[in-house]
Amino acid sequence: MSDGEGAELLAVRGVTYRYPGAPADAVADVSLAVQPGECHAVLGPNGSGKTTLIRLALGLVHPSTGSAEIAGRPAAAWPRRELARVVGVVAQREDNLFPQRVRETVLLGRYAHLPLWGGERAEDHAAVDRALERCDALQLAGRGLWTLSGGEYQRVRVARALAQEPRLLILDEPTVSLDVRHEMELFELVRALVDTHGLAAVMITHHVNLAARFADRVLLLAGGRPAAQGAPSAVLTRETVERVFDWPVAIEPFDGRPQMIPLRQPKEPT
Amino acid sequence: MSRWLGLVALTAAALVLAVVLGPAHVALADLTSSDIVRTLRVPRALLALLVGGSLAVAGTSLQALVRNPLADPFLLGLSGGAGLGAVLALALHVGGPWGLPVAAFAGALGAMALVYRLGLVGGAQLDPRILLLAGVAVGAFAGAITTAIVSLAEAAQLRNAFLWLWGGLSGASWNTVFVMAAYIPVPLIVLYAAARPLDLLALGEEPATHLGADVEPLKRRVYLAASLLTAAAVAVSGVIGFVGLIVPHIARLVWGHRHRSLFPAAFLGGGTLLLFADTAARVSVAPRELPVGIVTALVGVPLFAALLRRWTRG
Repeated sequence: MSDGEGAELLAVRGVTYRYPGAPADAVADVSLAVQPGECHAVLGPNGSGKTTLIRLALGLVHPSTGSAEIAGRPAAAWPRRELARVVGVVAQREDNLFPQRVRETVLLGRYAHLPLWGGERAEDHAAVDRALERCDALQLAGRGLWTLSGGEYQRVRVARALAQEPRLLILDEPTVSLDVRHEMELFELVRALVDTHGLAAVMITHHVNLAARFADRVLLLAGGRPAAQGAPSAVLTRETVERVFDWPVAIEPFDGRPQMIPLRQPKEPT
Repeated sequence: MSRWLGLVALTAAALVLAVVLGPAHVALADLTSSDIVRTLRVPRALLALLVGGSLAVAGTSLQALVRNPLADPFLLGLSGGAGLGAVLALALHVGGPWGLPVAAFAGALGAMALVYRLGLVGGAQLDPRILLLAGVAVGAFAGAITTAIVSLAEAAQLRNAFLWLWGGLSGASWNTVFVMAAYIPVPLIVLYAAARPLDLLALGEEPATHLGADVEPLKRRVYLAASLLTAAAVAVSGVIGFVGLIVPHIARLVWGHRHRSLFPAAFLGGGTLLLFADTAARVSVAPRELPVGIVTALVGVPLFAALLRRWTRG
């Protein structure tokens, strides 16, 4: 507390991790500090270590060097049930082994709050309703998950994470395969949760432009290493973006935020 | 609520039928005074209830554990181990009322330990896919040794071993009922306590972790408890197939996928199915008796085929 880091919800310091048998580090010397009320974006090409960084931050894998703390406690030291009351995660993938309804799946978000033997209480159902309402998904409550569109399904998954009543929300590529409207709706939703409810959010994405417009801070990863880190306008310069994504781009300001335009690079027919 | 009333009524009807019907005619007026009823039919009916219930609960939990809706209690090699133990006991003339069940139980536990150890070859995490493969391999290996012993045995022993492998409740007595009734509450309570985290596991191991489940200890507890239930069931009644596969699916259709409702429904449903099947096994070819596993297979396979159709249609 004395060094002023007590307010950090997530404090990843210089972590390095290599998967067993892999030839290179998946993540090398990456740091990430998240305070309440901040929206962070972790950007990078495919395979740049974004998801591994999140697994390190959550204590699911252990760094060979560096450390990860959540609310001042080492990530790996958290009992999972307690951690689920602090951090809600919308993972990249999940299965639907058995068909469920929307309200049922959002109720799963209450697991960490439920007593071992008792049933769900009124407050749990209230939390589910609140989470569904915030995600504009209350009207979906009775629907089967298998009937939802991609955008509706993602909103329901965010609602399930909100039902955990977390202080930090982590979303791993939440808008993959969504069209423009649903993508924008999801980013607006996360931004609104941060602004009006004081949540902190970390969004993993490879959408440079949306990250630039919605995030307070951006971490740009390349080959597991931090290529740049800070405010979007400082990170998303032409030189950095071209180097990381290995493609020529132009950077234009829009609404005060840098926006990337990939340039054509036609090949001579052979 | 009416679902539960219907299920309990069905279980009660199956119990009454199992006590009233039998190869020997007992007049309804003599039911309470008849030795046949008191020493044979009642304990046998109660044992059918406990065994069928245990198999169905074990199947329900294993389907959630290996995340495969087609898993059943015998998929993980326990039947092979139990069969080997039982056939060894018959071949070596191990006597006494408990010789065969104890040998079968020991065989099942041996198979369980071997499969569990193999499931951990990948490191500290129990991998359900490897668990499945190890179960099939251990089951096949034990089956090969069992067949080798049977092929070298005398004809009478061979028939006994063969019939035992298809399952039957003719060994039921008040003692076996008491032993089962004392044994199964512990694994059943362990599984019931795991009901909510098992709901989470259906989303995948990492999503379940994010929602607050301790996935590694959960998998171990569920595997061990389900295996201990199955080992006890197979020790007192042989290998009774399909109860642990069909009943969980029917329960899922009626009760949904929440294990806190599924487990009690599967227990009553499994017990009821086995009661009906055992009654049919006793009376259909009286005075002889069919192995009850044949009845459950004859009923179960068509049901299973219908479920598969439903499954593939989504």
